[in-house]
Amino acid sequence: MKGALTTVPIIKELDIVGARQSGRNLARDLGFGSVDQARIATAISELARNIYLYAGSGEISFQEVQGASPVGLKIVASDHGPGIENVSKVMEDGYSTSGGLGAGLPGVKRLMDEFDIISDDNGTKIIVVKWLR
Amino acid sequence: MSSTKSDIKQYQDLLKQYLDTKDEVVLYQAEQLSKEIKQDVSPDEIIDEHYNTLLKLIPDMDSQIKDSFEFLIQTMTSYALAYKEYHELRTKQLELKAEIEVAANMQNTLLSTSIPQVDGLDIGATSIPAKLMNGDYYHFVQDDEGNVGVAIADVIGKGIPAAFFMSMIKYAMESFPENRMYPKVILELLNRVVERNVESGMFVTMFYGLYDVQRQLFYYATAGHEPGFIYRAQEDQFKEIDAKGLLLGVKKEVKYNQYVDEIHDGDLIVLLTDGVTECRSGDRFIEREEVLDVIKENKHLPAQDIVDNVYKYLERLQNFTLRDDFTLIVMKRSS
Repeated sequence: MKGALTTVPIIKELDIVGARQSGRNLARDLGFGSVDQARIATAISELARNIYLYAGSGEISFQEVQGASPVGLKIVASDHGPGIENVSKVMEDGYSTSGGLGAGLPGVKRLMDEFDIISDDNGTKIIVVKWLR
Repeated sequence: MSSTKSDIKQYQDLLKQYLDTKDEVVLYQAEQLSKEIKQDVSPDEIIDEHYNTLLKLIPDMDSQIKDSFEFLIQTMTSYALAYKEYHELRTKQLELKAEIEVAANMQNTLLSTSIPQVDGLDIGATSIPAKLMNGDYYHFVQDDEGNVGVAIADVIGKGIPAAFFMSMIKYAMESFPENRMYPKVILELLNRVVERNVESGMFVTMFYGLYDVQRQLFYYATAGHEPGFIYRAQEDQFKEIDAKGLLLGVKKEVKYNQYVDEIHDGDLIVLLTDGVTECRSGDRFIEREEVLDVIKENKHLPAQDIVDNVYKYLERLQNFTLRDDFTLIVMKRSS
């Protein structure tokens, strides 16, 4: 396991774009192709938007990880917002509050290979990994 | 979101062929391929494949065109996600449908009733749901003297809640004693059961009749149910069964009026739900008279055939799509 590559604070809406850009650059450097880069960027958008809309502020950090597949990109989105009351509910298809099919956390889960949420009164941490194939 | 590698490879080959030949055959093959791959390859992956193939075929591709492909792939990502979600929701929907089908079968078993075989009284009955679950219900009982009790009911509302409701009514009726029970008493008892067990806003209409086989009398009472008809053979005309009563479940203590009619040789008792009389053909409501005419034309047939023929007639008139549950009972006196 390699260490943290970078961390992007999410405070204002434009920070979402900064997080996307960082994530995309790292993904490209690790060897991900166009489709996976776009998927990773989309997942980062969703995670960062959730922070911006529901927690006010937080951060997205990136790590290079090694495992079954030679290399992967791990993204951790964390905030100190109110937390998600019912995680199973927000993971249901069609539940998304940001509108439309395919959006929201179920979409993030589909875009990535690994997905985990820890949420309580002190905030939310979402950890996702995309493996290079 | 895994793609099938062989499909993707085939895409490359077909694209190359088409660029060389511009042959319609290749386009047709591409169409067939798109039918096969649509299940597990998402739209952004196809664009990516297209892009990669072009990069091989046109090594000096303009950088703006390259950028435009990156742009298109990003744009298609959310579309691909939505597509995937539709796909999974559809699978879930099919699972739900299968589950409802099991419930509908169970309902059929729970609510099944057999038509009594009685000398001098020929009975036919059918009940067809508009959707999977039936909100109509009919039930026959025979008391220890051979008299026939008949219930026909319609829950206001359709589908699964209506079906639950009907099971309750049936089990309430099953708990009644086997000796002769008059229609008004049965409705009064059922009203209490419904009123106590069901939240407001759910009502049921019911017609209950008791056919006295010794004296050829038909006793009946109604809880706001669609009026039925008695066909008088002697006058060769239908008379609407004129009875009044409050729907079940509206009020706690309700008294029902009971009526009685003599039934003569060749007479028909026709009981139905509003799915029979309120069916529509295009913009036109089918008149009750039209239904009665069909019954009249068929009156020489056994009761079950009359019922089946009316159903077939109305089904065809409605282009084989029922808008409401359909229940029809015909009781025919023949000595």
